[in-house]
Amino acid sequence: MPDSEKVAGRADATAATDEFIKGLWRENPVFVQVLGMCPVLAVTNSAINALAMGLATTFVLVLSNTLVSALRHFIPRQVRIATFILIIATFVTVVDYLIQAISLDLHRALGAFISLIVVNCLILGRAEAFASKNTVSRSILDGLGMGAGFTFALLCLGGAREVLGNGSLFGFALFPASYQPWIVMILPSGGFFTLALWLLLFNHLKLRRQAEQGRVQEVTP
Amino acid sequence: MNDDSLWTIFLNASLVNNFVLAYFLGICPFLGVSAKLATATRMGGAVCFVMLVSSLCAFAIHHLLVAIDAPYLQLISYIVVIASTVQLVEMFIKKMSPALFRALGIFLPLITTNCAILGLALFQTNKGYDLIQSLVYALGAGSGFTLALVLMAGIREKLELATVPDVVQGTALTLMIAGILSLAFMGFAGLGA
Repeated sequence: MPDSEKVAGRADATAATDEFIKGLWRENPVFVQVLGMCPVLAVTNSAINALAMGLATTFVLVLSNTLVSALRHFIPRQVRIATFILIIATFVTVVDYLIQAISLDLHRALGAFISLIVVNCLILGRAEAFASKNTVSRSILDGLGMGAGFTFALLCLGGAREVLGNGSLFGFALFPASYQPWIVMILPSGGFFTLALWLLLFNHLKLRRQAEQGRVQEVTP
Repeated sequence: MNDDSLWTIFLNASLVNNFVLAYFLGICPFLGVSAKLATATRMGGAVCFVMLVSSLCAFAIHHLLVAIDAPYLQLISYIVVIASTVQLVEMFIKKMSPALFRALGIFLPLITTNCAILGLALFQTNKGYDLIQSLVYALGAGSGFTLALVLMAGIREKLELATVPDVVQGTALTLMIAGILSLAFMGFAGLGA
């Protein structure tokens, strides 16, 4: 293999990894872009609900990204948003029935929020901003990355809320019986507080990085 | 069928189970449009209106789908019909009352894909409300949304004058306030049930 091809191949691999990593961390849909807030707050009162919601959203995100990207040359520009919503709604219906078949309890716990994946701005956002302009394989990677980032964020919230509000994680008790759970963390207001605290942490990291970059630039010239 | 009284339904939707502060529906406009009191009030009005329209649509679609035995089309038809009806109404208002259109105008298309609207349609179907109950439910949910939005905007306008550390600026601060508001609304629990 000539050197130039080898370099190009390596660049492709890096680009593919980057497509995945950016959703997980640098452009994390919840902590950085603050998209799709409704399910983030509503279903994260336990880690298991958060995980299920994250996986369901990832499933819809990957499949809708795939289909939108595959059809991107056939969808007229004027009706593209309506088409995207139709595609997303179809996959959400699939996921709704799928969860009902796997676990009825889970379906009851998540309630209408499975159907509400349709209006999660994250999914429509990725279809419009990424999948409608990129190849199928890159769109799948983007969907996987964004989905993983979303699931990660949901787990951060759901885990914290379950540990504090119920003294357990994934249903296993962590503390002795004398532990007094903070009921408020399970309640709606706990969702707002926990998300606010996570955003604070990310803001702090961002400010510190900017300050460091500022210092480096001051030193270099 | 559901035999809740209309007053119970209204209280339940507006205060006890406030769409924004208890169900977390419509958080995006809640965070995005709550910076100015005047905009928040108009947005609230527009949401009330769209909720009434979509409640009516959802009621009709649900009965049609039950009649033709195709419940799996529920989600798809809800979202498409609600979106296109709002679009039609928007054109109608533009023609009939330009003043009203200017007041609501920019918000209408944004609201259509708001989860509070679809959530309302799904909840009223799940609860088995009849036509009058559905409309009252929509009105309650809309006024609850407006109340939350206006409260939030009022607080945020006051906060403009406060000195806030850099780290807390932006969404984190808004979410903190929303958490406290949500705590306050928990006081209504048990009122309508």
